[in-house]
Amino acid sequence: MAEQHEPSGFFDKPENIRKMLKVFYVICGLLVVADFIVHRHIYHDWEKIPAFYAIYGFVGCVVLVIIAKEMRKVLMRGEDYYDE
Amino acid sequence: MNSVIPFIPLLLGALAAILLRGWLRNILMLAAPIAGALNLMGIEHGVFWSMEFMGYVLEPVRVDKLSLMFGYLFHLASFIAVVYALHIKDTVQHVAGLAYAASAVGAVFAGDLLTLFVFWELLALTSVFLIWARKTDRAYSSGFRYLIIQVLSGVLLLAGLLILAQVNNSLLFNQISLQHEGLAQIGAWLIFLAFGIKCAFPFMHNWLTDAYPEATPTGTVFLASFTTKVAVYAFARGYPGEEILIWIGVSMACFPIFFAVIENDLRRVLAYSLINQIGFMIVGIGIGTAIALNGAVAHAFNDVIFKGLLMMSMGAVLHMTGKINGSELGGLYKSMPKTTILCIVGAASISAFPLFSGFVSKSMIMAAAVAEGYDVVWLLLLFAAAGVFHHAGVKIPYFAFFAHDSGIRTTEPPKNMLIAMTIAAVTCVVIGTFPAQTVYALLPWEHDYNPYDMTHVLTQLQLLFFSALAFVWLNLKNMYPPELPSTNLDADWLYRKLAPNVVKRVGGSVYGAYGRFEKSVVTSIKQVIQNSYDAESGQPKGYFARLWPIETMVVWVAVLLSIYLMLYYLHDLL
Repeated sequence: MAEQHEPSGFFDKPENIRKMLKVFYVICGLLVVADFIVHRHIYHDWEKIPAFYAIYGFVGCVVLVIIAKEMRKVLMRGEDYYDE
Repeated sequence: MNSVIPFIPLLLGALAAILLRGWLRNILMLAAPIAGALNLMGIEHGVFWSMEFMGYVLEPVRVDKLSLMFGYLFHLASFIAVVYALHIKDTVQHVAGLAYAASAVGAVFAGDLLTLFVFWELLALTSVFLIWARKTDRAYSSGFRYLIIQVLSGVLLLAGLLILAQVNNSLLFNQISLQHEGLAQIGAWLIFLAFGIKCAFPFMHNWLTDAYPEATPTGTVFLASFTTKVAVYAFARGYPGEEILIWIGVSMACFPIFFAVIENDLRRVLAYSLINQIGFMIVGIGIGTAIALNGAVAHAFNDVIFKGLLMMSMGAVLHMTGKINGSELGGLYKSMPKTTILCIVGAASISAFPLFSGFVSKSMIMAAAVAEGYDVVWLLLLFAAAGVFHHAGVKIPYFAFFAHDSGIRTTEPPKNMLIAMTIAAVTCVVIGTFPAQTVYALLPWEHDYNPYDMTHVLTQLQLLFFSALAFVWLNLKNMYPPELPSTNLDADWLYRKLAPNVVKRVGGSVYGAYGRFEKSVVTSIKQVIQNSYDAESGQPKGYFARLWPIETMVVWVAVLLSIYLMLYYLHDLL
C-alpha cells in the first residue's frame, strides 16, 4: 500500500489537538478578561451584561444545535426519499 | 465617452464561446469580463439609451451608482467563475455561464420594468443549462422545477408591470413601494412577490436549495453569484424601507441555519447559508436608512465573493473526489492543503472575522438595526451571525477537510481552479482590510462608517470564539449531530410529495368512480336486453317483437284507423 509511507498528518496526533485546544481556550479566556479592561461602547441595555457577546454566542450555538437535532426526528428521511 | 451597452462585452464572450475552441476561446472568455468592467469605468451616469414603445418611454440602459456597483460586482464574479471553469470542455456550460452573467448585468442596468422582465426571464433560461449540464436524473428534474419556479416569478413580474403601466402610465423602474390604492396595490404586490421568489423568501426558497447543489461543480459558482443578487438589487431599488422586509429578512437569516446544521450535502449547506446571508441584506433594505442600504448592497457584494469562494472550494472537492456528502468526506487537508486554506479564508469571511470581508458589511446592517431601535431584530441577527459561523465557518471546513479521516487520497484541483479561488480569497482579505478604498468607495448612498473600532472588533471576536467554543464543547461531549446520509424535509415537500400524492389520490378516485359508473350503465343496459329476450325459445319476449314486420304494420294501421274514426265522430259530437 502506498499509503503506508504517508507521514501522519498534523491533526492525526492527539497531542497536537490538545495543544491547539489549549491555545484556543486561553484566547477565549483573554477575550473575556478584555471585556472588563476595554471600555465598550454601549448601544443597547443588554450589552451592559459582562461578556454579553461571549455568553450569547455560546448559548445561541448550543440551542441551535439542540433544536436542529430535535428537528431531525421530524424531518429526516432516507437519502433517496424523493427518488422513490 | 465611447462606452457600449454594459452587457454587450459579456454577450460577445458568450458568442466567442459558441464559435471558437482552444486557447483563443479561453482568452476571449477571460477578456470579456475585463472589457466589460473597463467599459463601466468610462460610462456616464444617467439614461444611456431610451426609446418609445407602444406609447411608453423605455430606458433599456440607465446608469447610476447602485446599478454600477452591481455591474462591477457581476463582472468580477463572472471573471472568477470563468477562470474556475476554464478547464472544462463542455461548450454548453461556457456559453450558459457567460450569457447568464450578461443577463444579470442587463437586469441591473434596466431602467424600465419591461427590460427588467426580459432579463429576468433570460436569467432563468440561461442558468438552467448549468444545472442540466450535470447530466444526472436528479439534475434534470431539479432543473425543471427550477425553471418552472423562475418562469413563474417572471410571469408575476409581467402581470404586475402591466397593471402598474396601466395605472401610472409609466414603465420606468423607480421606487415602487407597497402603499397604493386599488389596482395599483395588486400590481405592486405582484412585483414584490416576483422579486421575493428570486430572492428565496421563506416558503419560496426551495428552488435554490433544490437546484444549486445539483448543478455542475463550476455551474454552481455562477448560479450562486447572480440570480439572488439581482433580486436584492431589485428590492433595493423598488422597495427600500418597507418594514415587512425586515421581518421577512430576519426569518430568512434564522431558519436556514437549523437546516444547515443537519444537512449532509455540503453544497446544500452552502445553499442554506446563501439564504441566511440574503436575509441580512433584506433586513438592511427593509430598514431603509442610508447606512442600512449601504450595508445591504455592500454585503451583497462581499457575499458573492466569499460564497463563491466557499462554493468553489466545495466544487473542487466534488471535482476531485466525486463526493460532496459530509458523511463520506474528511481528512482531505492532507492531500488538498491549498484548497483547505482557501476554504478557511472563505469561512472566515462569511463568519465576519475582523480583517475579512464579511466583517465590514454585516456590521453596518447590525449597527443600523440597533440605531433604529429594532432590538428583537438585532438580537436575532446576532444569533444568525453566530449560527453562520457555526455551519459555514466551522462545519464546512471541518467535515470536508478534517474530522475523521475518510481514507480518500486525491490531489489539488486543476491550476485554474486554484487560481480562481486565490483571486477570490485575496479579494476577501483586501476588502476586509481596506474597505474604504474598495467596497465602500462604490457605495451608492452618502454615509460615513468605520467598522474598525475597539468595541466592535472585541465583541465580534467574543461572539465568534464562543460560538467555536460551543462547537468544541458539543463535539467533546458527543452531542454534535453526526453527518448522516439523509434528506431533510423542507417546504418543497409540499410540491414534491404532498401535491403529487394528492393529485394521484384524487385522480385515482375520480378515475375509479368513472369506471364504476360506466360499468353499472353497461350492466343495466345488458339487463334490459336480457329481460326482453327469452333465451329458451330463442325469441324476444315482447308481443310486437314476436310478429313479422308486415303483421306489426297491419296492427298499427288498424290502430291508427280506429283512432281516426273516433276523432271523426268526436268532432261531430262537439
